[in-house]
Amino acid sequence: MKRTPITHAARLVFQRDLTLAWRRWDEVTQPLIFYVVVTTMFPLATTPDLSQLRVISGGIVWVAALLASLLALEALFRADVEDGTTEQWVLSGQPLGWLLLAKTAAHWVLTGLPLVIMSPIVGTALGLPGEAWGALVASLLLGTGTLSILGGIGAALTVGVRRGSVLLSLLVLPLAMPLLIFGSRAVGMAMDGESPSGPLQLLAAIFFLSLSLGPLAMSAAIRISVEN
Amino acid sequence: MAFDGAFFEARAINAWRGERHILRDVSFTVRPGEFLKITGPNGVGKTTLLRVICGLLPAETGSLEWRGKSIRGNRDEFNAELSYLGHLNSLKADLTARENLKFLSGLRESLTDEDVDAALDRVGILSRGDLPARSLSAGQKRRLALARLVLDNAALWILDEPVTNLDTAGIALVEELIHEHVSSGGLAIAAAHQRLLDDAPILRRLELEP
Repeated sequence: MKRTPITHAARLVFQRDLTLAWRRWDEVTQPLIFYVVVTTMFPLATTPDLSQLRVISGGIVWVAALLASLLALEALFRADVEDGTTEQWVLSGQPLGWLLLAKTAAHWVLTGLPLVIMSPIVGTALGLPGEAWGALVASLLLGTGTLSILGGIGAALTVGVRRGSVLLSLLVLPLAMPLLIFGSRAVGMAMDGESPSGPLQLLAAIFFLSLSLGPLAMSAAIRISVEN
Repeated sequence: MAFDGAFFEARAINAWRGERHILRDVSFTVRPGEFLKITGPNGVGKTTLLRVICGLLPAETGSLEWRGKSIRGNRDEFNAELSYLGHLNSLKADLTARENLKFLSGLRESLTDEDVDAALDRVGILSRGDLPARSLSAGQKRRLALARLVLDNAALWILDEPVTNLDTAGIALVEELIHEHVSSGGLAIAAAHQRLLDDAPILRRLELEP
C-alpha cells in the first residue's frame, strides 16, 4: 500500500458527500424548494403584472438564492464533527484545507448549482427578459460559489456552538452583502442593455479571494472545533 | 522491523480542561515493540492525555517528540504515522461498512477492494460489508472502527477504550491486533479500564492519579 495523493484524497471526500446526499436527497433538495417557493410568492404578494415584476425580478432571484444557500449551510460540518469524522481528517496527515475545500465543493454542487440551473426558469416566471439570463447565471455561479466558501468558514466557526444558526447568519450575511449588490446590479445592467462585465469582474475577484483564503480559515476553525 | 527508528517521548505534559488542571507533569516514552496501557479512575484525564498526544488538544506546557523531533512543526509527518481510535467510531450511518473504510482509511493509503475485504475479514464482519453502518450492532461498529487500524498501516496506535461494546471474542481480537502490531515493531498506547494484555511481556503501565 502507498500513501494517497492529496488530489485523490480530496476526490474521495467529494465522492463521499455526493454518495451521502444521494441517500438523503430529501435534505439536499430543501434549499431548492425554498428558492422556488419564495420566488413564486412574490407575484402573489405584490402584482402579477409582468412589466412591474420585471423591474425587481433580478433582486428577488438574488435575495431568494442568498437565503436558500444560507439555509443549507448550518448542517455543513455538524454531522462530521459529531460522529468524529473531522477528527480523523485532522489526523489523516493530509492538508486539512484541501479536504474541507473538497467538502465545500460537494456542498456547492448539491445546493448552489441547482439554484443556478433553476434561475432562468424562476427569472422568466418573474418576467426577466432573455437577454439578462447570461448575467443572472454568471453572477449566481460566482455568487453561490463565494457563499459556499464564506458560509463554510462560518459553519466551521459555529459548529461547536449550540443553536449556532443565528450566529452563523450574523457572521455570513454582512459578508454576503457585496455579492447581493454586485449580483443584482449585473442583472439590472444586462436588462438595461448595458454590459454587466464590471460587477461580474468584481464578483469574480471576491470569489477568487475567498477561494484562496477560505480553506486556511476553515481548517483553522475546524481545528478549534475538534478541541472540544 | 517494520517501523525503524519509531520512538515517542512525552516530557512534563501539563494540560487544563477549562479551569481544571488535569495532567500534571506527565512524562513517558514508548519504543518499538512496546504497548503502553494508561489506567486510572474516570475523569482522571486518560482521554485528555490521548488527545494531547494526537495533537487534537493543545498541551499547556511540555514537549512531545516523535523520532527524536518535536511534533510541533512536523504535524503532518507525525499524523501520517499515527492511527487514532477515539470514543467515537467516526462512522457514517448511511454508508456501508465497505464505503466507510474506503472513504476514511482511503484518505491515508491507496486501498484496493481486496485490502478492504481483508480488513473486514480480520475483524470478523466480512459478511456485513455491504450493510449500512446504521444497521450494525454497537459491537460490530466498534469492530468496523478497528478495521481502520488494520488498513492504516501506521506505526503508532492510539486507542481510547478500544474494547468498549465488544464481546469476549472481540476483546481477544483487540488483544491479538495489538500484540501483532507491537511484535512487528509497532508502538501502541491505549487507555483501558478492562484487562487488556495484562500478562503480556510487551505491556508497560502508566497510572494516572487524580
